[in-house]
Amino acid sequence: MSADFLYGIEVVINGLMAGVLYALVALGFVLIYKASGIFNYAQGVMALFSALTLAGIMSGQVPFSHLINAIFGTDIHYFGWNVPVLAAIILTLIVMVIFAWGVQRYVFRHLVGQEPIILFMATIGLAYFLEGIGDLMWGSDIKTLAVGLPQGGSRFVEDTTAGLGGDDFFGFFIDKLDMVATVIAIILVAGLIAFSQYTKQGRAMRAVADDHQAALSVGISLNFIWVLVWSLAGLVALVAGIMWGAKSGVQFSLSLIALKALPVLMLGGFTSIPGAIVGGLIIGVGEKLFEYLIGAPYLGGATENWFAYVLALLFLVFRPQGLFGERIIERV
Amino acid sequence: MLYREAGDFKTTYVADNQTFPLKLDRIGFWITMAVAWLVIPFVINDYWASSLLVPFLIYAIAAIGLNILTGYCGQVSLGTGGFMAVGAYACYKLMTSFPDVNIMIHIVLAGGITAVVGAAFGLPSLRIKGFYLAVATLAAQFFLVWLFNKVSWFYNYSASGQISAPERLVAGVAVTGPSTPAWAQYLICLFFVTLCAVIARNLTRGTIGRSWMAIRDMDIAAEIIGVNPLKAKLTAFAVSSFFVGIAGALFFAVYLGAVEVGEAFGIQKSFLVLFMIIIGGLGSIFGSFAGAAFLVLLPVALKWIGVDVMGWPTDLVAHFQLVIVGALIMFFLIKEPHGLAQLWRLAKEKLRLWPFPY
Repeated sequence: MSADFLYGIEVVINGLMAGVLYALVALGFVLIYKASGIFNYAQGVMALFSALTLAGIMSGQVPFSHLINAIFGTDIHYFGWNVPVLAAIILTLIVMVIFAWGVQRYVFRHLVGQEPIILFMATIGLAYFLEGIGDLMWGSDIKTLAVGLPQGGSRFVEDTTAGLGGDDFFGFFIDKLDMVATVIAIILVAGLIAFSQYTKQGRAMRAVADDHQAALSVGISLNFIWVLVWSLAGLVALVAGIMWGAKSGVQFSLSLIALKALPVLMLGGFTSIPGAIVGGLIIGVGEKLFEYLIGAPYLGGATENWFAYVLALLFLVFRPQGLFGERIIERV
Repeated sequence: MLYREAGDFKTTYVADNQTFPLKLDRIGFWITMAVAWLVIPFVINDYWASSLLVPFLIYAIAAIGLNILTGYCGQVSLGTGGFMAVGAYACYKLMTSFPDVNIMIHIVLAGGITAVVGAAFGLPSLRIKGFYLAVATLAAQFFLVWLFNKVSWFYNYSASGQISAPERLVAGVAVTGPSTPAWAQYLICLFFVTLCAVIARNLTRGTIGRSWMAIRDMDIAAEIIGVNPLKAKLTAFAVSSFFVGIAGALFFAVYLGAVEVGEAFGIQKSFLVLFMIIIGGLGSIFGSFAGAAFLVLLPVALKWIGVDVMGWPTDLVAHFQLVIVGALIMFFLIKEPHGLAQLWRLAKEKLRLWPFPY
């Protein structure tokens, strides 16, 4: 096999791995959208916030230390202990649940029944708010997130595949972290599906997603379900935040992956969990391949920034509900 | 007591249809115009121009533009930054290609070019709406920024990838370039703001504006009563982009002088203008001004309070600003979806009865 072809395959594999991470973010969107009809722009910032919180708790940072120092003239930054990873993750989850409750109680409960676009704009406000709070709590410097995930390329894959090509082919370069991310994403999706199919709360969640009023009339608490859904989205955000944070450091650009999840959803459909995953993979592979085949040689590179949106745009014109979405029916 | 319509009789249709039906409003309007045109140019200094007045006026134009699309026609756009970039680069190319033509004409032409681009990106709106459309405009935003970064023809092959405005004169006074006096910057922006506001106000209460609002309120019903959605939506995109393009051209040529596209016209700019119309009031020209003033003033006021009075570090204040802006957006959407403009309307209602409410 020629080296060019093999490099093409490598691009596809790396695209699949990147797509898994897009899919992780998109999954959080789908959860909230199905249950409450809110298109949650803040999902990316939730990933950023949870990663910041995790990094902050692990290194024993004092929350709001900058603010406290500025007001009282003190000079405190750290508690002076390091929290083990598992405990820190649990603490972060508790923070995300509190956040979910707060969002539901103080924002979206008051916006029930509004138009989707109003809800969408509210989540943009929420994104700004959360980003500011995250920076206030933990400072805006770039943090590294060392949760013990493997880093760097996998020598094993590289060595075993090196023989496939000729002399100028050195094997597939695949990031170990991406492989771990893929495994974790599969576990997470399996867990979510099991939760929604086989537990009482999961069934209630699906009932709410189907029909709010019918669910309400058989005694399901909408408020509880919405808090639950936002908490689950927080969990997904945390996982995505850990993956992206371990990959490229915890910094503001993390929240921009939320924007990448939009075209993923356009492709997969807003209401479908498998759609989010397939859409993520298509976008991941598509943008890497486009960059490799057309973008870098002919268009000057950096096409990854817009390719996903344009692809989604084309999709919208021909199949607005996405690949797996429910058909959009309009009534007067 | 003071503010009321009692005794203000209209004897002609023209008088009944004027923009400000109440005499007090008319007086207030003309006083504002007189202060803006005759007083401020003489007292303005560099600080006031560069940190408050000029950005306020430019953002007001952009907000009017976006308000036409989002507030009047109901099509949410997240591509304002990209369309401002089109205006800026069109203005730059025109300025450098035809140096002898007056800059005012270039700015208007830049608006026209942006209108064409905007209408093209508005085509998907015929099939999709809501946040599907928002994503389509997001595609415009990222694609346009990438385009102006990559295709060096747009920035005349300069090494830095930046564009910088050469000096151009209007009536013998420099309005672009480093030696521009503050009052000239201010006046050229004021001229375009006045022009845009008058055009927008009159468009929105005419046939076109009414068809926009019909589409916004319910597109299917509007179609049934004979509004052509193709025409209404595309004109909304074109007119909106025209204003946004003028704002972009002014932002580049008059205000900043030199820009780098990703920095000056990124996605943050789109959100900023969207926030202006949410806070100011969707579907209101006055609201566009109020929102622009509010979001231009807020950082300056916060910086003054936080850094100068309280002595906090600047980054802390910047974080606070994010929290406050985000919280305000949610607050306004929950409590007062029609924004500052609605608060102003309510205040006027109260004033009519003051001091003897029922």
